[in-house]
Amino acid sequence: MSGWPILSTITFLPLVGIFFLVLIRGDAATVARNSRQVALWISIVTFALSLVLIGEFDTANPGYQFVEKAPWLPEFGISYHLGVDGISLFFLVLTTFLTPICIIASWESIQNRVREYMIAFLAMQVLVVGVFCALDFVMFYIFFEGQLIPMFLIIGVWGGERRVYSAFKFFLYTLVGSVLFLLAILYMYLQVGTTDIPTITAHEFGREAQIWLWLALFASFAVKLPMWPFHTWLPDAHVEAPTAGSVILAGILLKMGGYGFIRFSLPMLPEASDYFTPLVFSLSVVAIIYTSLVALMQEDMKKLIAYSSVAHMGIVTIGIFTFTQQGIEGGIFQMLSHGIVSAALFLCVGVVYDRVHTRQIAAYGGLVHRMPVYAAVFMVFTLASVGLPGTGGFVGEFLTVVGAFAVNSWVATTALIGIILGAAYMLWLYRRVIFGELTKENLKSITDLNWREVGVFVPLIGLALFMGLYPKPILDVLHASVVHLMTQTQLARVVSPAALELAGQVPMLAAKQ
Amino acid sequence: MTAFITPNYLLALPEIMLAGLACVFLLVGVFTGNRSTVPLTFASVGAMAIALGLVLAMDGARETSFGGMFVTDTFTTFMKCLVLIGAGATLVMGLGYVKREQMSRFEFPILILFATLGMLLMISANDLMALYVGIELQSLSLYIVAAFRRDAVRSTEAGLKYFVLGALSSGLLLYGSSMVYGFTGGTGFDAIAAGIKAYGPGNLPLGVLIGLVFIAAALAFKVSAVPFHMWTPDVYEGAPTPVTAFFSAAPKIAALALLLRVLLGPFGELASSWNQIILFISIASMAFAAFAAIGQRNIKRLLAYSSIGHVGYALVGLATATPEGVRGVLIYMALYMVMTVGTFGAVLAMRQKGQMVEEIADLAGLSKTNPAIAAVLGIFMFSMAGIPPFAGFFGKLYVFMAAVNSGLYGLAIAGVLSSAVGAYYYLRIVKLMYFDEPTEAFDRPVGREVMAVLVLSGIITALFFAYPAPILSGAQAAAAALFP
Repeated sequence: MSGWPILSTITFLPLVGIFFLVLIRGDAATVARNSRQVALWISIVTFALSLVLIGEFDTANPGYQFVEKAPWLPEFGISYHLGVDGISLFFLVLTTFLTPICIIASWESIQNRVREYMIAFLAMQVLVVGVFCALDFVMFYIFFEGQLIPMFLIIGVWGGERRVYSAFKFFLYTLVGSVLFLLAILYMYLQVGTTDIPTITAHEFGREAQIWLWLALFASFAVKLPMWPFHTWLPDAHVEAPTAGSVILAGILLKMGGYGFIRFSLPMLPEASDYFTPLVFSLSVVAIIYTSLVALMQEDMKKLIAYSSVAHMGIVTIGIFTFTQQGIEGGIFQMLSHGIVSAALFLCVGVVYDRVHTRQIAAYGGLVHRMPVYAAVFMVFTLASVGLPGTGGFVGEFLTVVGAFAVNSWVATTALIGIILGAAYMLWLYRRVIFGELTKENLKSITDLNWREVGVFVPLIGLALFMGLYPKPILDVLHASVVHLMTQTQLARVVSPAALELAGQVPMLAAKQ
Repeated sequence: MTAFITPNYLLALPEIMLAGLACVFLLVGVFTGNRSTVPLTFASVGAMAIALGLVLAMDGARETSFGGMFVTDTFTTFMKCLVLIGAGATLVMGLGYVKREQMSRFEFPILILFATLGMLLMISANDLMALYVGIELQSLSLYIVAAFRRDAVRSTEAGLKYFVLGALSSGLLLYGSSMVYGFTGGTGFDAIAAGIKAYGPGNLPLGVLIGLVFIAAALAFKVSAVPFHMWTPDVYEGAPTPVTAFFSAAPKIAALALLLRVLLGPFGELASSWNQIILFISIASMAFAAFAAIGQRNIKRLLAYSSIGHVGYALVGLATATPEGVRGVLIYMALYMVMTVGTFGAVLAMRQKGQMVEEIADLAGLSKTNPAIAAVLGIFMFSMAGIPPFAGFFGKLYVFMAAVNSGLYGLAIAGVLSSAVGAYYYLRIVKLMYFDEPTEAFDRPVGREVMAVLVLSGIITALFFAYPAPILSGAQAAAAALFP
């Protein structure tokens, strides 16, 4: 395996698909049909390749694996550098897994400009996979910001009524955060002399520089994640995006913020991360309670799920900034599980939206009478979102809260309140849509899931349950890299003056582990 | 006795060749009339190509001629290449327009050729006199081509406006030059530098500074930086589209080259004085253009504001007064030239029922009616907004890198934030092309020359990241020449 550049293959294989898509000729129907086929097969092959990655991954090695390095702009110390470790591996696989799902989910609901749609999704996949593999800051930034373009087009071209507003809001919001991140990258580059991420991670920045750099990184990741109060683009973008666009947004794009915190903020700027932990905790707590309450009052299904995403991401940030192994692993696990569950929930909304063409909760009710299979599927993901034991959501939330209790019991308590509120809004949503009498005229002839839709949901259900019942394989992969991350942050923490002030807490923290 | 030594004509061979050929073309035009417009256009492009070859054939070592008035080095090579490529591409691209819109007079390519010659002289100027001669040769040609559609009110208005304001800036330049000459005792750049050095730090007479400010203001006018930008939108809108394309590509680069050379050469000692000026006009240009462009409805006016903004970004590099900063400026200008030529190629394709249209709203639904042009124009818009992986991002990357390296954090933050604001108006064009329903399709065929330029510049913009070495190393060498 050693000589073959598998990461480059996985990253850039969809470009081959784009190339074929551009070449398709014929009348509109032929182009549409062939575009779907080409995009689906390319994405399935990419997914299969990424499974090879899991098989070959060495769980005992905390460093980067499958590393590829080649000079790109040598006079600037910028190189083409790819690699994955335990933290990024599953995000990569999640991306390659969700792309074919998105393509199947759009099989019938997207009828105009199918070719462009598929090109946008494959381009999206290239850029997102690139984000999770890149070990060079400039490469990372190019991938990170480059995906604004396909996402802007996906929302704007195939979105709902207010698509233009939402697409602009999404683009500009994210851009403002990203450009400050770019300045931080430039500063780090000029300090260290290279944009190589492992080298920069090993560099120790001065305390004041760390604080400014952390804020610049935070501007980008907090918008991307999103954290309250920078989340307002999310409900708009989610609501107006086509179903598959929401799936990609919720399933993968949001995770890049969390990934950024874990990959950059924590190990590169440990003192500043420590210094700003109270800020992150406060924002997260507000996010969890506030957005859960907002979600309770939503009348639009997609908006409700969008707000629930903000709340779940609040739990993730709490986990990450506990600096404990359970917390960080819980945060990562929660992101992975949320990637599956929220993607599936958006697909559930998409199913009824394709049939009735409204997302208003009030327009539904009593679907269980006509759509028993759908009701069951929706039930599984509702419960997974709530965090019922046996689903992936539970493992992530449990680990996070355990980590949070070790650090700050107040934060942990509010996180738990948020989880209770989450149960309230999700179950209420379920009750209003699925149960009750089937009185609406237009719902009386609604059909249950067809085979294509069942085919979309089966792997998602399987994964959600697998992650809940047997999380060990995933956690095993995370362990080595997270422990390595912990040593990077803890070492700096011990020498930092802020840590000396916290000296009373450190032994206690160590004792709990 | 140096004055009697025969000057080294070889150094100025591209310029001499262009001047000679332009005169020959003029004679040919006089005797054959307007039917020779097309052959003369191609002949002019050919002359530019030969000049490009001659420029590239020089080894790039710094040499002067004509009593130190004329200089060639790696910097002049790089800038002359940009100007010649930009001028040649816009001339080729405009051919279809010239034929259609009753502009088919043989003077057109020849005037462009003379303007290009003036720009090459500006770039190679090493003396305030040579500088002024170059600027005037360029400007006088440009005034005429701006008003080339003399029966169209807007075109003549543009030409007149450009002339009046251009004359004002020439006046400023001359006044500044005379002040500098009076206080330093020389017009040659080396003599000025020596004169300033002789005063020593702290003893600099106010007159030199006043002269510097006047010269900087005049050159800021030529590059259309805020607050000397007022002529730009009107002239861009009024001039015939191929002329506008030419304006935004070639003269801007030549004027910026001049600004770099003058500020870093003779006034290099005074960097701490002039970099406040550059800092201000840079921030003002970036911020003003970002906001002012939002309300525009005419695509040429929009691109005028966009060019003001781009000059602001390029000046970020100059404000650092370091080799890295100048390298950033040069990379930025090279990429800007490619993007702007391509964008104007798309504007030249905006034709409905045989009429040129210029409203931004006319682009609505272009992705359906003409997907190829929409895709290329989309790439240019994202690139100009500075979104990776397109070329415009790298241009911004290098100037901001220099700014951060010099500790100009405020400038860098102002720059990136205004680029985020500016992204809005570029996105608006993408929105019209991709999100909106088509109104009326553009005429086909677009023309082979336009398509060739569009595709070529689109490929360079989209794939710059894959092979950036030629532009980067060229800019690196060119920047080094200004810091001996």
